[in-house]
Amino acid sequence: MSLDGVFAADDPAFIPYLAAGDPSYEASQRYVEALVEGGADVIELGLPFSEPIAEGTTIQNAVVRALESGMTPERYFEFVADLDVEVPIVCMTYYNLVFQYGGEHGPRPFVERAAEVGIDGFVVVDLPAEEADPLREACDEFGLDLVFIVAPTTTDDRLEAMRERVSGYVYVQARTGVTGAREDVSDQTAATLARIGDWDVPKAVGFGISDGDHAERIVSAGADGIIVGSALIDIIAEGTSAGSQTQSDGVAEGDSVAETAQRLTAKARELKDGAIRGLQDRPQPEQ
Amino acid sequence: MSTDDIDATDTSGTDDLDGTFGRYGGQYVPEVLMPAIDELEDAYRRYVLHNEDSFMDEFRRRLADFGGRPIPLQRADRLSDRYDTEVYLKREDLLHGGAHKLNNALGQVLLAKYMGKDRIIAETGAGQHGTATAMAAAHLDMPCEIYMGETDIARQRPNVFRMRINGAEVTPVTVGRGTLKEAISETMRDWATNVSDTHYVIGSVVGPHPFPRMVRDFQSVISEEAREQIKEKAGRLPDSVVACAGGGSNTMGTFHHFVDDEAVDLVAVEAGGSSLSVDEDRGVAPNSASLSTGNEGVLHGARTKLLQDGDGQIMESHSVSAGLDYSGVGPELAHLVDTGRVTPVNVDDDAALEAFHRLSQDEGIIPALETAHAFGYLEENPDAVGDLTVVNVSGRGDKDLETVIEETAKRDLDIAPDMSVFEQVGAGGMMDMGGDHAGGDGSGGDHAGGHE
Ligand SMILES: Cc1ncc(COP(=O)(O)O)c(C=O)c1O
Repeated sequence: MSLDGVFAADDPAFIPYLAAGDPSYEASQRYVEALVEGGADVIELGLPFSEPIAEGTTIQNAVVRALESGMTPERYFEFVADLDVEVPIVCMTYYNLVFQYGGEHGPRPFVERAAEVGIDGFVVVDLPAEEADPLREACDEFGLDLVFIVAPTTTDDRLEAMRERVSGYVYVQARTGVTGAREDVSDQTAATLARIGDWDVPKAVGFGISDGDHAERIVSAGADGIIVGSALIDIIAEGTSAGSQTQSDGVAEGDSVAETAQRLTAKARELKDGAIRGLQDRPQPEQ
Repeated sequence: MSTDDIDATDTSGTDDLDGTFGRYGGQYVPEVLMPAIDELEDAYRRYVLHNEDSFMDEFRRRLADFGGRPIPLQRADRLSDRYDTEVYLKREDLLHGGAHKLNNALGQVLLAKYMGKDRIIAETGAGQHGTATAMAAAHLDMPCEIYMGETDIARQRPNVFRMRINGAEVTPVTVGRGTLKEAISETMRDWATNVSDTHYVIGSVVGPHPFPRMVRDFQSVISEEAREQIKEKAGRLPDSVVACAGGGSNTMGTFHHFVDDEAVDLVAVEAGGSSLSVDEDRGVAPNSASLSTGNEGVLHGARTKLLQDGDGQIMESHSVSAGLDYSGVGPELAHLVDTGRVTPVNVDDDAALEAFHRLSQDEGIIPALETAHAFGYLEENPDAVGDLTVVNVSGRGDKDLETVIEETAKRDLDIAPDMSVFEQVGAGGMMDMGGDHAGGDGSGGDHAGGHE
């Protein structure tokens, strides 16, 4: 299915984020599948970069685990090609990896290879609209989407620059700061959604969503989808430290991966169900 | 894209604020920071470039009264004899705080005040920028938090004392190797969280536009003075100007007003560390020579020359000097190297340590380990600097005494002073006493102010 197809469906989209290769290639493959079993509609699959300046501790640690397991851009592309899931994959990363790939100091070889393995689009965290034209051009050439992040601080003229270049969906950053699961969802979200209400691309909200209630509130405020990273990665981090514990106790590693996968599927269901409730909560348009 | 079609010979100096230097520079930051950067660009244009509300007058006045400018240019008599060339020292070590860093820190903290910000954050490597920022923040009555890698906290202890004594919070950064690169990343995360009321005082000519230009402008007072002073003292422009380069702020500050004087060679001395080779498997470069050995990439908001592996993952750097220990370098400096205007050279840890002792013994100036690299170059290439050279003494070495004693003992250098005096008083081993003594001296020395 394509990104357009996902957002054309009646349900709000549930978009989990994972760092590819966290904590190992095989476990990470299993976790992506587990999330799809739990109702994921799109996967934002992180390609780990050594300097993740927009991430809080949870994702920083995931990035360290993924890099230590040997994840590289080339292996990442193999990882995507190996995935046995039907949902669209959006590559989330930092610009230097896109820029270096293929050795010609520009985004084209990276995008070409991404298209080859079936990636549908990109979110590049440190690439504001002003610097994004080369990547936008390459995405157009190979038929991929380019998602931009709208922050609560984004000014009106910057919104215009993004509107001209965005495709796939808009990533609405729910609050200022770095990534990380939160107790509360931000009330800045509704205001941001209202500002871009008339854009004809879907709006997915992320940053801090950690349970079904958050998902419900965000979707009832008008979001077309929810993006969840840290709350899922917390489960992987727990599974990983528990896994190294049980392994030293003589229990097979596979058991702890299976258990973590089950927990991820359950968490995915909770979030997806919350999002669906949010849609039902919305005031019905009068007819 | 805009960065590609700029005239490569347009180095600087125009009012064109597109934020690039040839192919380098730009603004590669998360969207949440873009409005803050736009706001900063606007403030930079108004207050710094157009002196709105007499900002620059106040800045200059405070640099004089609080900072101690103008800073002398001094003939180095014994080095001049030793190298058979006229060697002049720009004594930025005499600036309040003991390094050139205050020129920038004072400028930015004052600018933050004009912008109505009420909190200051900064990263620091050697602790000199953190110290300068803490001083400026105390001076201008602003709360201040400094991020510093744990490795650097251990090797630059005196400056940690100084920052705390000036009232700044010091927050250790424990990820990665715990040096300058990680400290910058962590400060950017704080900024992304507290962006509306906080100003990030970046410590060098790095980061997204307008930082590289703005920091250069604040630091360019070094070359503005030095150019006049050398004409007055030596009757002409120098054949060369030499400065050490970490991020490149003392370098750009020392070079800026000489860039158009094409007969003046500009030499940027990077840290050669323990070796110029690279360990790709471990992702480590045992040096900080991004100008000499790095290649183009994007880090901390700018396109510039970087130490990175073939995939674009940033490599850990190394230098005995914390202030040079960084995987990137300012975009303008990278550009001036590409155009051939600036010559990048490097000096390794051993040569820097020797130079540290030589300047201390021959000239009575204890330099920062960063600065010592510039003098290591002079020792290794006395014929390359012409008949008249200006070397920037970017900082004083009080903060480094502990590290220097330790690193010197490891190497068995002939030039090293004998520290057995501590054994004579029976107060334990030289290493212990060396360490304690250095720590106390560095923090205590600061009470007397920058000038001694
Ligand atoms: C005394 C001194 N010189 C040089 C440097 C290197 O920085 P830059 O290259 O920005 O001048 C530092 C950095 O901490 C320093 O403390």
